[in-house]
Amino acid sequence: MDSFLLEALVNGILLGGVFALPALGLNLVFGVVDVVWLCYAELVMVGMYAVWFLYTQAGWPLWMAFAACLPVVSLLGLLLHLFVVRPLLAAPPINQVLATGGVLFLLQGAMTLIFRTDFRSLGVDMPPMEVGEIFVSGTKLAAFCAALVGAALLWAFLKFTYVGTAIRAIARDREVMPLMGVDPQRIYLIASAVGGALAGLAACLLVVQLDVHPFVGLSFGPITFMICVMGGLGNMLGGFLAAFIMGIIVSVGGFWGTTEFSYVVAFAFFIVTIFARPRGLFAR
Amino acid sequence: MSAALDRGAGTQAAPGGTLELSGIHAGYGDFQALFGIGLRVEPGEAVGVVGPNGAGKTTLLRVISGLIRPTAGSLRFGEQDLAATPAHLLPSLGIAHVPENRRLFPHLTVEENLKVGAFSPAARAHFAERRDRVYDLFPRMKQRRHQLAGTMSGGEQQMCAIGRALMCAPRILLLDEPSAGLAPIVVKQVFDLVRRIREEGLTVLIVEQNVAQVLRVVDRAYVLETGRVAAEGRSAELVADPAIRRSYLGGH
Ligand SMILES: Nc1ncnc2c1ncn2[C@@H]1O[C@H](COP(=O)(O)OP(=O)(O)O)[C@@H](O)[C@H]1O
Ligand SMILES: [Mg+2]
Repeated sequence: MDSFLLEALVNGILLGGVFALPALGLNLVFGVVDVVWLCYAELVMVGMYAVWFLYTQAGWPLWMAFAACLPVVSLLGLLLHLFVVRPLLAAPPINQVLATGGVLFLLQGAMTLIFRTDFRSLGVDMPPMEVGEIFVSGTKLAAFCAALVGAALLWAFLKFTYVGTAIRAIARDREVMPLMGVDPQRIYLIASAVGGALAGLAACLLVVQLDVHPFVGLSFGPITFMICVMGGLGNMLGGFLAAFIMGIIVSVGGFWGTTEFSYVVAFAFFIVTIFARPRGLFAR
Repeated sequence: MSAALDRGAGTQAAPGGTLELSGIHAGYGDFQALFGIGLRVEPGEAVGVVGPNGAGKTTLLRVISGLIRPTAGSLRFGEQDLAATPAHLLPSLGIAHVPENRRLFPHLTVEENLKVGAFSPAARAHFAERRDRVYDLFPRMKQRRHQLAGTMSGGEQQMCAIGRALMCAPRILLLDEPSAGLAPIVVKQVFDLVRRIREEGLTVLIVEQNVAQVLRVVDRAYVLETGRVAAEGRSAELVADPAIRRSYLGGH
């Protein structure tokens, strides 16, 4: 195979790993709470600002800025649930979409007010590595590995803990949960906090690759939603796999054309799949 | 009480406790389904609730386990006012409810279903021990512990649902039509199981359409019709009652 194409393919897989985190977070919250956080990419954006601010402005070591980003965005997810989603749990879905969409603009506006619209760069990069005939960005490889560790931790949490098992159960049948001694409201809160933490981790991995600005969410938010719908909304494994498919499409598409072109290809692929498999690529 | 269903050390609940409902009204929104129900289950008793479809039997169990709040009347279990207790705290008070249609989590394994049943903090500490007791009671569940619950037969799913309810070491077990949709031979197994559970000292409140069978298992029964108690009595009395025989036992 052409080594440039191979490089695009490898980069696609690395990109897919980073797309996978917000897709997992969004699916987790949707599966449990049954509400789509339209502002998910903006939670990631706030996390990116948090890392940028702590590292470049407050002078914290990078690892400390990363470590702080997770609880900050997790808290943001909790607050989003408590003050926006919870009051609307019984409301029609359109109201929930409008409300979380409102938070999207609120966060964009707030960050514009505080940091203006300048592009902020962390200015850290790891040297590229030569693997066989191709070059791989050290930063992207590290981000990919961290994303896999995050996904593996999430899997272990859902598989082995009581709360994780209840989360998988509640996604199927919320009404009987109190009979098991489970307070659904508490599970919603936990899922929102975990969904926020995943956005925080995604922020750490993206801020080393992308400049942050108030509208940076647009560069990965729409694709995250496409990934979730392609994988089947609420289907965590489906979303995880779809993230890699999309990563490869975007990366290989960009190899033949511009980045914009690659997004057009991704969107076209998305439209074809939802017509062919409306319930997601992996629906049974 | 035998080892199989012992609450085990570390649980706060004292044995016993009478379940007592009086004047219970309840419904769904503007629709009223129960009109002044009175019902009593003493510790160690097995009590049946029978009646036609839509009589309000399921609603009655859902009121007891807190899924629906009564609009009037009192609801007590021992010293506890259930009407003022959040539903998710009832399993740790010793009230377990096997809902209509079992409502297992089909995409989780048998053992994971049991784990969800042991969610309350008090139950988690005893998970391994109680799971093993459930497996003693249902050796079939042990064989299938890693199988997805949704792939099992109806009878096996019913055993799993009962096992899941036993994970909170209940003092009273509410069963909603455990025999529904099962083949006759499996129905017999389910009733044998209910008999065993109650012989081990657990209090049982069982809703059934299968009136003839259930009256052989319970001490007393209530007949519910359109949200009211139409008759009540000891099983032998009900079996002998001509009106009951005509309506429910296809009899003469
Ligand atoms: N979720 C619900 N919403 C509205 N009405 C309901 C609901 N569930 C049951 N009902 C109504 O309440 C009445 C009693 O139902 P139910 O308790 O399920 O009866 P049973 O278990 O004896 O067949 C019926 O008229 C039924 O139509
Ligand atoms: Mg019913």
